[in-house]
Amino acid sequence: MHDAGKIVLGLGVFGVLVTAPVWYGIGRGKGEPPELQRPATAKQCIEPTAFMRARHMELLNEWRDAVVRDADRVYVASDGQHHEMSLTGTCLRCHEDPEKFCIRCHAYAGVEAFCWDCHQKKRTMAVSARRERGAP
Amino acid sequence: MLEKALTGSRRYWTLLAVLAGLVAVGFATYLHQLSVGLGITGLSRDVPWGLYIAQLTFLVGVAASAVMVVLPYYLHHYKAFGKLAILGEFLAISAVIMCLLFVFVDIGQPRRAMNLILYPSPRSILFWDMIVLNGYLVLNVVISRATFRAERAGTPPVRWVKPLIYLSIPWAVSIHTVTAFLYSGLAARPFWLTAILAPRFLASAFAAGPALLVLLSLLLRRVSTFDPGKEAVAKLGEIVAYAMVVNVFFVALELFTALYSAIPEHVEHFTYLYLGLHGHGLLVPWMTVSVALAVVSLVLLLVPQLRRREGVLAVASVAVVGSLWIDKGLGMVVTGFVPSPLGHVNEYWPTLPETVIALGIYAAGGLVLTVLYKIAIGVREEALGGGEVGQGAAAAETRPELKVA
Amino acid sequence: MTMRRRSFLKLAGLGLAGASTVPVAQALVRGARTEAGPDALKGKRWAMVIDEKKCLTRGGCDVCVQACHRAHNVPAMANPRHEVKWLWKEQFGHVFPDRVTPYTPAVMKERPTLVLCNHCDNPPCVRVCPTQSTWKRADGLVMMDMHRCIGCRYCVVACPYGSRSFNFEDPRPGLRGEPTDYPTRTKGVVEKCTFCAERLAVGQRPLCVEACEGIGCGALTFGDLGDPASPVSALLRENDVARRKPELGTSPHVFYLL
Repeated sequence: MHDAGKIVLGLGVFGVLVTAPVWYGIGRGKGEPPELQRPATAKQCIEPTAFMRARHMELLNEWRDAVVRDADRVYVASDGQHHEMSLTGTCLRCHEDPEKFCIRCHAYAGVEAFCWDCHQKKRTMAVSARRERGAP
Repeated sequence: MLEKALTGSRRYWTLLAVLAGLVAVGFATYLHQLSVGLGITGLSRDVPWGLYIAQLTFLVGVAASAVMVVLPYYLHHYKAFGKLAILGEFLAISAVIMCLLFVFVDIGQPRRAMNLILYPSPRSILFWDMIVLNGYLVLNVVISRATFRAERAGTPPVRWVKPLIYLSIPWAVSIHTVTAFLYSGLAARPFWLTAILAPRFLASAFAAGPALLVLLSLLLRRVSTFDPGKEAVAKLGEIVAYAMVVNVFFVALELFTALYSAIPEHVEHFTYLYLGLHGHGLLVPWMTVSVALAVVSLVLLLVPQLRRREGVLAVASVAVVGSLWIDKGLGMVVTGFVPSPLGHVNEYWPTLPETVIALGIYAAGGLVLTVLYKIAIGVREEALGGGEVGQGAAAAETRPELKVA
Repeated sequence: MTMRRRSFLKLAGLGLAGASTVPVAQALVRGARTEAGPDALKGKRWAMVIDEKKCLTRGGCDVCVQACHRAHNVPAMANPRHEVKWLWKEQFGHVFPDRVTPYTPAVMKERPTLVLCNHCDNPPCVRVCPTQSTWKRADGLVMMDMHRCIGCRYCVVACPYGSRSFNFEDPRPGLRGEPTDYPTRTKGVVEKCTFCAERLAVGQRPLCVEACEGIGCGALTFGDLGDPASPVSALLRENDVARRKPELGTSPHVFYLL
């Protein structure tokens, strides 16, 4: 074929680039899920664990719009319990340290959650894997 | 057709490399702005819009001015513009891309840009500006691609292009009218709250755009075999002349209303712009230059013996573009904010990082324009067997759809 | 070749259109819902009245500003161009330029006058926002959604009163002291006074009003104009009041007793 050398070279470069996450992560990434700090006393979240694991962000987004845009305050859970819709006031009451729970898992999953840019009182907080490693 | 852009002289590749380098530097600076915030610009609480939005405003005019070539050619069969039309359309594409880039670098939370589409707000003129600008880009890409493919194949273009071309004419006017509406409906800013703002925008667009096309045509003639023709360039010069006269006339009308009524709310802004206010006058030297360039350009454009000499026309075109770039850019945008609603005079001047980002975007537009013009040159040479082209007759030959209408 | 590509594109387009009909917002959990807090203050039309004369009896007082900015984590930016303020004092001649004459003595022209967002009935900022990150609540408040704001600053441009501030950089380094529970903002969003909506939701009045009452001054009155028995309604009935730039048709709801 024409330009066989260039094509093979191009394919080689492409192969290296497309598999980059694999060989870049070897020896650097963490293989197992991280150790998450569980709440000290509470045993059950405001909704079942399976639901929270899958859809906590949807819940938080719904809370966000309900509080800011609809002026609501109270969340009536599926079991009828009333809770204040507040990340720092309700969620963090049990999950005291977001760095050891939320951020740890989000960093492992590679999904940046920038809630902590605003909704926390420490001056700085690692909000992503990069920042956890001390990168800017 | 893109393959036409992949072969070229050393000059061509050097130009692309330089432009790409500028884009890279601009992009790196933008990453810095993303990380630190818009605080690296010269913007302030009292002057929230500056260089970026000023460039957007000027470039929307350049994009809209393609209509000044499309309208005579497609609507009135002015054959002399046969080769110019594609240059105008490509310039419009490049200009709209730059407009969109300037908007993007100006917003504080670009990761939320999708909110503009997720939460449509028809009462906001910014929403409509987004629609018309993107629509104009799509229109021009589709039209220029269709007409150009036809030209390359030597066939008439597909039939559905004609209504799109007709649509692009009022659409071009609309993009600049909507951009003017961003400003002219705000009770908070009396400097902009004038019905003549949209006509002013259009007049300055129809002067600056064709002036740019004159310069680009002369440049292309020098560096390639592409020649829009002497008649086309001369006609562009006439359009620039008339548009510049109307533009200056409109400015005079504004000055009269503000100064004769002597209402302080209106006079203050003009005073700041041309003379300085309360000891603050950063824009005054710029406006002096703008006025001087406008006067020079008018003299050169209104004397036919001068205008018909292409060298003089080139100088006049540079003067027009320079004068209007200052006036419509920083001049118009910043002055709206000085004095502030609470009567404070807080001036604005772009910072170095801000300027580098702006230059990077201009380089990106230049990159797009260079590639597109290279394609245009390449296709033209191919369609005409590579030889030199005449003017009117050859133009008619390469645009057979003229016979359809 | 052309035919195959065309039909592929048609199929892809249909597929995309079909996929987008899947409801995006699914009901969260059966039986779950949100509701207003039990103590929430309900009003038909919130408004504020500022009694200038009372305010001026204490020279240099700014307890309202301190209370607001402290509680809401409003930063003190090092660069004056990046100033963020929700409530502050301006010279009277700048706030009410039509009430000063060439013969007004300087001390009157320069007397400090409290300014803030006017929570207009016809707010130009709401009209221009391309994402509805600022909107008008039914009870009169002009609200801010810091989560949705893209930072285009069109609202800042459109406000005739200069009430809005943009975060040109990360506000956290500028915080005066430790942050309170109220969320800070991030760089790139606009902020302004929201009549303490978060306090109204739990039955409390705005901080500025309480701070002013707390020192025994009472220059600020907040209440429901929809209630004829409210103090603001009474004040408006019994006094000559002024509003900022009424000729612009914004119908501001911060009233001044001058």
